[in-house]
Amino acid sequence: MNLLYDPWPWYVAGPLIALTMFILLYAGKQFGMSSNLRTMCSIGGAGKYSDFFKFDWRAQRWNLIVVVGAVIGGFIASQFMSDNTVKINPEVAQQLSTDYGIESAGEAYLPTELFASEHLTDPFVLAILIIGGFMVGFGARYAGGCTSGHAISGLSNLQLPSLIAVIGFFIGGLVMIHLLFPLIFS
Amino acid sequence: MKYISYLTIGIFFGIIMYKSEAASWFRIYEMFQFGSLHMYGIIGSALAIGIIGVQIIKKYKIKAIGGNEMNLHPKNKSVARYLIGGIIFGLGWALAGACPGPMYVLVGAGYYSILVVIGGALLGTFVYGLVKNKLPH
Repeated sequence: MNLLYDPWPWYVAGPLIALTMFILLYAGKQFGMSSNLRTMCSIGGAGKYSDFFKFDWRAQRWNLIVVVGAVIGGFIASQFMSDNTVKINPEVAQQLSTDYGIESAGEAYLPTELFASEHLTDPFVLAILIIGGFMVGFGARYAGGCTSGHAISGLSNLQLPSLIAVIGFFIGGLVMIHLLFPLIFS
Repeated sequence: MKYISYLTIGIFFGIIMYKSEAASWFRIYEMFQFGSLHMYGIIGSALAIGIIGVQIIKKYKIKAIGGNEMNLHPKNKSVARYLIGGIIFGLGWALAGACPGPMYVLVGAGYYSILVVIGGALLGTFVYGLVKNKLPH
């Protein structure tokens, strides 16, 4: 196996994510990615409309730097360390193709049917991207955290609220894939 | 200097997210179809090590750099906000196939359509701020 070029298996990635969390804890910070969205709203002047955005965002600057790093990391990994295809379970790939006409599994990193730039003029695709993003942003703030803040940080600290949130993540995800996808994509 | 450290952590995190394919829409879809152990293995192994590590930190009262307390505060007790907020997040996570960390990673990887998703996420965060006081918490 070529560790630099091949996809990393879960038993490499999981421990490295835990390491990321511990480095941030050691720095006196907390691992949480969605709070940056709130910070960006504050910087953009959202404090004029809601007190929720009136806080000292400068104290969150470190997390924005992590975001900048994540962007650079994405660039490095996609340019130099990956063939940018994702080989999922062939049965799932087949099902995506047969049921929803999404045929790029195994050939792309993201489904080209939804993420290729030329589809941005398609109102259906645009609506999916905006509504999906909206629910992620709204839900993460309502729940007080996302996958990093609840599923990794919060559960590591054995927080019951995080367990409830993660159960919610999975209820939402399963409802979307099993009940709503057939309505949206066929 | 401090910012260089955070930048390095971010780069490290970004590479992990991309290389593990946790930033791929396909992997999220496959996870919710129970088609592979992959995503469960990532989250599960991170969590197992996380739980053990946090217990060790607490037992031996390990301090953060500069002798400060580790940022391990208990979260406020509630069910409604975590369950309802969590479900809304999960719906979006499965539809857009990206959670907040991987969104930024995908920008760097050159998938510019993800900027629309990030725009939606910023809008969702903003609207939450507007209606926050009317929601059960």
